[in-house]
Amino acid sequence: MLHSSRWVLAAAGALVSLPALAGDADLQAVRAEISQLKAAYEQRIAALEARLQTAEQQAASRPAAIAEPPPVSRAAAPASGFNPEVSLILQGQYKNMKDVAERGITGFVPAGGHDHDHGGIAGISKRGFSVDHTELVLAANIDPYWRGQAILAALDGEVEIEEAWVQSLAIGHGIGVKGGRWRSGIGYLNEQHPHAWDFADAPLMYQALFGEHGSYTQDGLQFKWLAPTPLFLEFGAELGRGANFPGSDRNKNGAGAGALFAHVGGDVGLANSWRAGLSYLKTRAREREAHFEDVGGLEAVGAFDGRSTTWVADFVWKWAPDGNPKYRNFKFQTEYFQRREKGSLSCSDDELAGNACDPLAAGDSVTSAYKTRQSGWYAQGVYQFTPNWRAGLRYEQLDSGSRNFGANAANLVVDSYRPKKTTAMADYSWSEFSRVRLQYARDQSMQGLTDHQWTLQYIMSLGAHGAHKF
Amino acid sequence: MRKLLCLCLLAGTSLLARADLRVFATVPEWGALAREIGGEHVTVYTATHALQDPHRIEARPSLLAQARRADLLVAAGAELESGWLPLVLRDSGNAVIQPGRPGYFEAAAQVKLLNVPTVLDRAHGDVHAAGNPHLHLDPRNVLKVGEALSVRMGELDPARAQAYQAAFRTFAGRWQAAIGRWEKQGAALRGVPVFVHHESFVYLSNWLGLREIGTLEPKPGVEPSSGHLTSLLARQQGQQARMVLRAAYNSDAASQWVAGKSGMPAVMLPYTVGGSPAASDLAGLFDDTLQRLLQALR
Repeated sequence: MLHSSRWVLAAAGALVSLPALAGDADLQAVRAEISQLKAAYEQRIAALEARLQTAEQQAASRPAAIAEPPPVSRAAAPASGFNPEVSLILQGQYKNMKDVAERGITGFVPAGGHDHDHGGIAGISKRGFSVDHTELVLAANIDPYWRGQAILAALDGEVEIEEAWVQSLAIGHGIGVKGGRWRSGIGYLNEQHPHAWDFADAPLMYQALFGEHGSYTQDGLQFKWLAPTPLFLEFGAELGRGANFPGSDRNKNGAGAGALFAHVGGDVGLANSWRAGLSYLKTRAREREAHFEDVGGLEAVGAFDGRSTTWVADFVWKWAPDGNPKYRNFKFQTEYFQRREKGSLSCSDDELAGNACDPLAAGDSVTSAYKTRQSGWYAQGVYQFTPNWRAGLRYEQLDSGSRNFGANAANLVVDSYRPKKTTAMADYSWSEFSRVRLQYARDQSMQGLTDHQWTLQYIMSLGAHGAHKF
Repeated sequence: MRKLLCLCLLAGTSLLARADLRVFATVPEWGALAREIGGEHVTVYTATHALQDPHRIEARPSLLAQARRADLLVAAGAELESGWLPLVLRDSGNAVIQPGRPGYFEAAAQVKLLNVPTVLDRAHGDVHAAGNPHLHLDPRNVLKVGEALSVRMGELDPARAQAYQAAFRTFAGRWQAAIGRWEKQGAALRGVPVFVHHESFVYLSNWLGLREIGTLEPKPGVEPSSGHLTSLLARQQGQQARMVLRAAYNSDAASQWVAGKSGMPAVMLPYTVGGSPAASDLAGLFDDTLQRLLQALR
């Protein structure tokens, strides 16, 4: 269009200049020139009109979606856009409790081995101010088929790989495969990290069964299958190295531990939802050393060889008015555990103190049959009564059960006790990402000792938004 | 054990082979839209309802069970469901609804989002990096999302693609007419200054021309404090807010407090389908929203 208007202007200019010209011959020449010009631009206009028409037709025949620019125009993301989701968990506490040389749970084999520095169960015996593990979580989709996650726990000069796994995304049919190092799917609380706990410490039974972390972690493979039913029905099987307590590390092919679990769950009306589960864990132990006390009160080391099986039954019920947990909600949670161990116990005198296992301190040991059957449970309720405040109560009781030490019963003290603990807590959350908690516990997990424990704790997470696991 | 597993798998796959397109919608508005387009050919499961804060949902067992069986997952996107949906997707064992697959549909990807933050810092509260996710409260966005959704449903269920397209065109015709009606009704609301509880009405305000001059939450996701509310009322010297808006899932305490102090009406808006008895479908949602706003203006 711009082009043709220039022609019109040129023609007009020529016409305006007409009176200035003198002479008929000149006039004739100008007239001829103008008619030439006229013919030329008429041709051009016709050509332009034809082009415009075809262009209009083409535009009309094209689908509307292409004619419109796409609604979302995002700037090209730099390569750092592929960086994994990062979050960091900051946790610390102040703890006030009795000074107990070797904290443990009477009647239960200490999971921490026989290391003097840590006492019975490391971590739970730290008094005063302390910073817990600082957890760094890195996670991302690897490709359309796999997702990966690593959780590194840092504490004074050591970095521990708490979890490092890959998870399948594209198998379908309800199948999920996880490989690497992960928290086992047994029980309810086992998969949850400490920052997601409702109390400052793990239930006693978790500590008795699995040691300082209060959870069972495996190196291996996990298979899960979710049934295509309206009712939540999930089955899982695990095979792994089984290096952690109650098993022991090994130099062998094959698997050292296996687990099976089943979960069922659903909603009741708008306000209630629940999940129940049953789990089974079997591990093998070889020379699993632990502290014992001999009949004379001296220290002895017992090494266990054999099988350890654990059953866990769990149940969780959550309530929120209209199903909206933001303002008020209540959570009830309970788990029952039973462990059976069968094998042999070899009692020795590492300190060469002349204990009952080796009265002459000659480096001898006494090996006998070993069979135990122990159980425990806890139940807890946590009520969130405003968007920021929650309060909770937990009661737990363990039973040292039957402990058959065979011939070693003559050498070692066989405690029979029912440890108990009652815990109350209140916590305040500024947002989903920050929480401070005050906890009081009346701990009778050690025979003849009632320990009043106070814990003031903070839990903060920064970075990527964590998931709200049920 | 292996035999049992095989049997279970067989039973599972035979159950999956059903005629209906199974839609898992994370929020009621997109569940309702899928129902408008799919009619009787789809089975729609809606994961949340209007009285639940969509930010605060947990990956409940029932959600996993439903996601496991879905052919199409319709999400709001823009991190609205970031607290629970990624977990549900991963643990569902359902490959077809994973992000990047045709079975994963995000409403936020179909429209231009408002309030995209320039600074990402949690000091500003629970901000959404992609922009404000409450996009369905502009009815023109519903149309855009519906167009893309009907195409997607047709891709997943080619035998009924024509039916989905036809149903969408019928819906779009009614919707266009309704938008005209709503805009005419809502003309009186243009330029009206309002307070909002949470930034959940940005698209509604943008469409109707309401002027949001204050938010009861000091930061997104942080509960209103009396100190913040007092300063909010004190600050509005020049321009008086005419009403204070909250969604059905917000607690009424803060807006009632403001209403009591200032005399302005506290208005509960259904926010999504099911948020009030009249908001039983998408058209009802906007009819009721307009009516409640206009009533408060009188």
